[in-house]
Amino acid sequence: MLSIKNLQAKIGEKQILNGIDLQVNAGEVHAIMGPNGSGKSTLASILAGREDYEVTTGDVQFNGKDLLELEPSDRAAEGIFLAFQYPVEIPGVSTINFMKTAVNKIRHYRGQGPLDAVAFLQLMKEKMKLVEIDQSLLSRSLNEGFSGGEKKRNEIFQMAMLEPKLAILDETDSGLDIDALKIVAHGVNSLRSKNNATIVVTHYQRLLDYIVPDFVHVLYKGKIVKSGTKELAKELEAKGYDWIKNEAALV
Amino acid sequence: MSKDNQLLEEFTSKEYEHGWNVNLEADEAPKGLSEDTVRFISAKKKEPTWLLEWRLKAYRQWEKMPEPKWSNVHYPKINYQDIIYYSAPKQKKSLSGLDEVDPELIKTFEKLGISITEQKRLTGVAVDAVIDSVSVATTFKSTLGELGIIFCSFSEAVKEHPDLIKKYLGSVVPMGDNYFAALNSAVFSDGSFCYIPKGVRCPMELSTYFRINAANTGQFERTLIIADEGSFVSYLEGCTAPMRDENQLHAAVVELYAMKDAEIKYSTVQNWYPGDKNGKGGIYNFVTKRGLCFGDHSKISWTQVETGSAITWKYPSCVLKGDYSMGEFYSVAVTNNYQQADTGTKMIHIGKNTKSRIVSKGISAGKSQNSYRGQVHIMKRASNARNFSQCDSLLMGDLCGAHTFPYIDVENQTARIEHEATTSKIGEDQIFYCLQRGIDEEAAVALIVNGYAKEVLNQLPMEFAVEAQKLLALTLEGSVG
Amino acid sequence: MTTATETFFKSIQESTVPSYFGEGKTIRKTALQRLLEIGLPSNKSEEYRFTPITKTLEKKLVWETSTQASTLSSIEPFLIPGLDAHLIVLINGAFAKQFSNLDELESSVTVTTFAEANTQIKEKIVAQLGSLNKSDDAFSLLNTAFYQEGIFIHVPKNTVVAKPFLILHINDAQQKQVVSHTRLLVTVENGSAVSVIEKSDSIGAYPCFHTFTEEIVVGEDATFDYCKVQNDSGSIHQVSNTTLSQSNTSKVNTFTLTLNGQLIRNNLSIIIDGEHCESHFHGLYLVTGNTLVDNHTVVDHQKPNSFSNELYKGIMDENSKGVFNGKIYVRPHAQKTNAFQSNRNILMSESATINTKPQLEIWADDVKCSHGCTTGQLDEEALFYLQARGIPYDSAKAMLLYAFALDVVALIKNDTLKSYVDDLITERLHKNF
Repeated sequence: MLSIKNLQAKIGEKQILNGIDLQVNAGEVHAIMGPNGSGKSTLASILAGREDYEVTTGDVQFNGKDLLELEPSDRAAEGIFLAFQYPVEIPGVSTINFMKTAVNKIRHYRGQGPLDAVAFLQLMKEKMKLVEIDQSLLSRSLNEGFSGGEKKRNEIFQMAMLEPKLAILDETDSGLDIDALKIVAHGVNSLRSKNNATIVVTHYQRLLDYIVPDFVHVLYKGKIVKSGTKELAKELEAKGYDWIKNEAALV
Repeated sequence: MSKDNQLLEEFTSKEYEHGWNVNLEADEAPKGLSEDTVRFISAKKKEPTWLLEWRLKAYRQWEKMPEPKWSNVHYPKINYQDIIYYSAPKQKKSLSGLDEVDPELIKTFEKLGISITEQKRLTGVAVDAVIDSVSVATTFKSTLGELGIIFCSFSEAVKEHPDLIKKYLGSVVPMGDNYFAALNSAVFSDGSFCYIPKGVRCPMELSTYFRINAANTGQFERTLIIADEGSFVSYLEGCTAPMRDENQLHAAVVELYAMKDAEIKYSTVQNWYPGDKNGKGGIYNFVTKRGLCFGDHSKISWTQVETGSAITWKYPSCVLKGDYSMGEFYSVAVTNNYQQADTGTKMIHIGKNTKSRIVSKGISAGKSQNSYRGQVHIMKRASNARNFSQCDSLLMGDLCGAHTFPYIDVENQTARIEHEATTSKIGEDQIFYCLQRGIDEEAAVALIVNGYAKEVLNQLPMEFAVEAQKLLALTLEGSVG
Repeated sequence: MTTATETFFKSIQESTVPSYFGEGKTIRKTALQRLLEIGLPSNKSEEYRFTPITKTLEKKLVWETSTQASTLSSIEPFLIPGLDAHLIVLINGAFAKQFSNLDELESSVTVTTFAEANTQIKEKIVAQLGSLNKSDDAFSLLNTAFYQEGIFIHVPKNTVVAKPFLILHINDAQQKQVVSHTRLLVTVENGSAVSVIEKSDSIGAYPCFHTFTEEIVVGEDATFDYCKVQNDSGSIHQVSNTTLSQSNTSKVNTFTLTLNGQLIRNNLSIIIDGEHCESHFHGLYLVTGNTLVDNHTVVDHQKPNSFSNELYKGIMDENSKGVFNGKIYVRPHAQKTNAFQSNRNILMSESATINTKPQLEIWADDVKCSHGCTTGQLDEEALFYLQARGIPYDSAKAMLLYAFALDVVALIKNDTLKSYVDDLITERLHKNF
């Protein structure tokens, strides 16, 4: 589904990614871990098409399409979803209105007609249950005045609404208490299927107790320095990142 | 940057939708302005002598007045002798019903999306249509008549209800109030009149649609709305004009008079031709709008969405004379290309326990200049007066300007005044968030701008809110800061 | 402007140059000509809408600039107790050498009066005069035409002037009316720091009119601290025009405290002509009686990436009037500017008034600008709360007013000055409100 080859990128003069290789197949969950500043969020942002970064070398294929050539909104329509680490506030625009616009734009891209009000409402009600989010929250201005937990739950709600092929969760666990974390994880797990894939970007192992990954990759200084199964995450939790740093230094 | 430019380019090349002109045979006054012009107009309208005298008095005052220079708008000197002050679509005789209206006219309004035929009763809006300053048709007259509501053209009101006109004409905006009001008082050709009797809630929206059609014509209409004790009316005003190379002058006067416990809600969606992308042509919109909260507990609320005109000079105001009276002003003003808007409100607190609220949202794009100018004046005897003002500006691109000139004058120690103003742009992170959800850039801008203006748009009656939203989106398509 | 005023100015124009016409003759003549063209402001003039200064002045005094020597034997009452400062004293517009003291000034720093300046410095003065202040304000022009004396301060590169300057403007109207006009030129070169405190006092019951025009150039990475204390008698009319320009990464703090006077008008303009500058300007006006205080400020962001923050607060009692006009300009290309402004007022009596006009003019899109302005009264709830805890009404009121004024004073760095200002405020709030 997603195939990243030798991806290198910089912001301004600063090199951040130094050749990432990653293969993600349908049905898989990949966790990308690493210390602060290792390039995790950069990778997530580049996949979603944020303009701040300059890709210097590399190739990213998504379901046979050159992802890097696509506009951000077209990537979304192709099925890439980024759950933001810091969801943006848009005053005066309700989540409902926002989602209605997004759903219909994506449907339009796929050559489908717009959902009528009834169908949309039905879809929304169904997805709301999944992340235990209240309709009153969705009627309010997007993310404005939301707590950290509410913002993250709203992200997962949007993910449920848009049914992406590849979901990228960027530090979705940051700022969540254990109950909120469980709700978010439950939402993500319910959306898992053999047709879609998930990339979980996180600093801590904690989230991976609830969203169990098939593969774990450790990112350090812009490169994947170690890959393994969920056991690797446990090892990291126990030993910290210094161990990886030392190992990387030896190579 | 190049992408922004490209988008701006796309946006500036957007055509003005209502820019067609209809071939209507017009009945015109000769060009120029003199006492004779005033007499010509008055005679054409078969007016009583007192009204002619009133006009002439206004004309003589106007002659002595200098054109105001204080606003933040710049335009070449207007040659007042080069304007046609009266242009009526030619009709063979007076009409007895809508069936006799010139079919060309009906078509004009259909193009505008306005129904002046009573078939579209379901829309629930009574319309008075004014083309080139002359009222051509008023709908739902009989339904309204049963409730004692008078809704007709100004000229008809002069004939049918002279006492009301005599009493209230110029009572809120005196003939010599300002340069453009004086000009209007001298040469106004028609407009709408509305009277809501005691205790009556007007069951439908009343609406006037203004259109300038003939070339070289100034439009000088006059609206007078009187809400008697305990009554309520919601009034809508819409405007369009065809595309023309030369600038056209529009100098209207609107007077609102609210008695005890009465409420008037006045909404405007102004979409006069703004000129082309090089700043050629467009309407000069110099309008005086004022409401008098005469009685205790009366309320006047202005809502405006200003997207058109080359120049807008307009300050819908409230004089809060009655105790516990209340004034509101909600405004969205969008300027693009070379448009200039200098708009805002005055809230004059005279009575005790009076309240006012101002929400102004300016949006500047292209090379336009957008100014908010407002005054909150708490007079000496206005104890416990309250005002809250919020004036925000949104800038799109780095070639435009946003200006705020709020005057706050307080002469009573018990007043509480709060004024806030902010300036912002559409955040790149907001755009990216929308893009990531599959919403393209244009739709994202429209979404964010409508969100920004929501507090004002929410004040509009349903039918207008939808139109206003579309207008905003259309005006700002592709314009990303 | 009445014909009498006009005749007087014209007579100066046409007569032989009076004795106080020294250096920069052309500059003076040009200013006078312009003044005659525009005249003194009427109450219809936008900038003086609420400040009827011309009318009052024309009624109260003749325009002739004072030349009489003062008979003051001590300036002790006008000093700031305990403040260790370089002292410059001007009485009725003339430099009072006997009271001034610059003994401990760093040797690299130049301070001189215009009159005593050597030829080389005189040339500098003429070059710098009017280089920042291009104002078309009638009183600024009047000052340029008629200033009697000026102070020139030059701080060379990378010099920190240890002690602050205290400039005393004393107007002694015990014998007859006083009309005085003074000037200040300050240059703070790159990497330097200096602090200037200006205090104006007046005595005597005769009418008094004082203008002072100040031009201050703050170099790159330099710091300028400025404090103005206006504690005059009730008969003074004063117009100050202060213009500051800032270069890259410079810092400016200004604080203006107005307590007394008949009519006080302060025009303060800050030109931000560099990137990454920081400017804070605060003002506090606590006025009673018939005092009218009018603060007109301008912050002009001409370059990107700078920050300005303005905070002016006022409390008006009795028949006093407050006027505030704050303009923020963000010029095209001054992107990433952060400019904030706040004006808050409390009216304490039935006849006190406030006219405020916070004005934003923005020509750049990527900026953060805001202004806020409030007018209100003391919080009744808070007042009651304090009383319920046993604090008498008057003290409770003073306490709340003090709390209202407190954050404006926060910028003052010099402890002695800070406690002096603090005492002035406390005294005013306890005695008069």
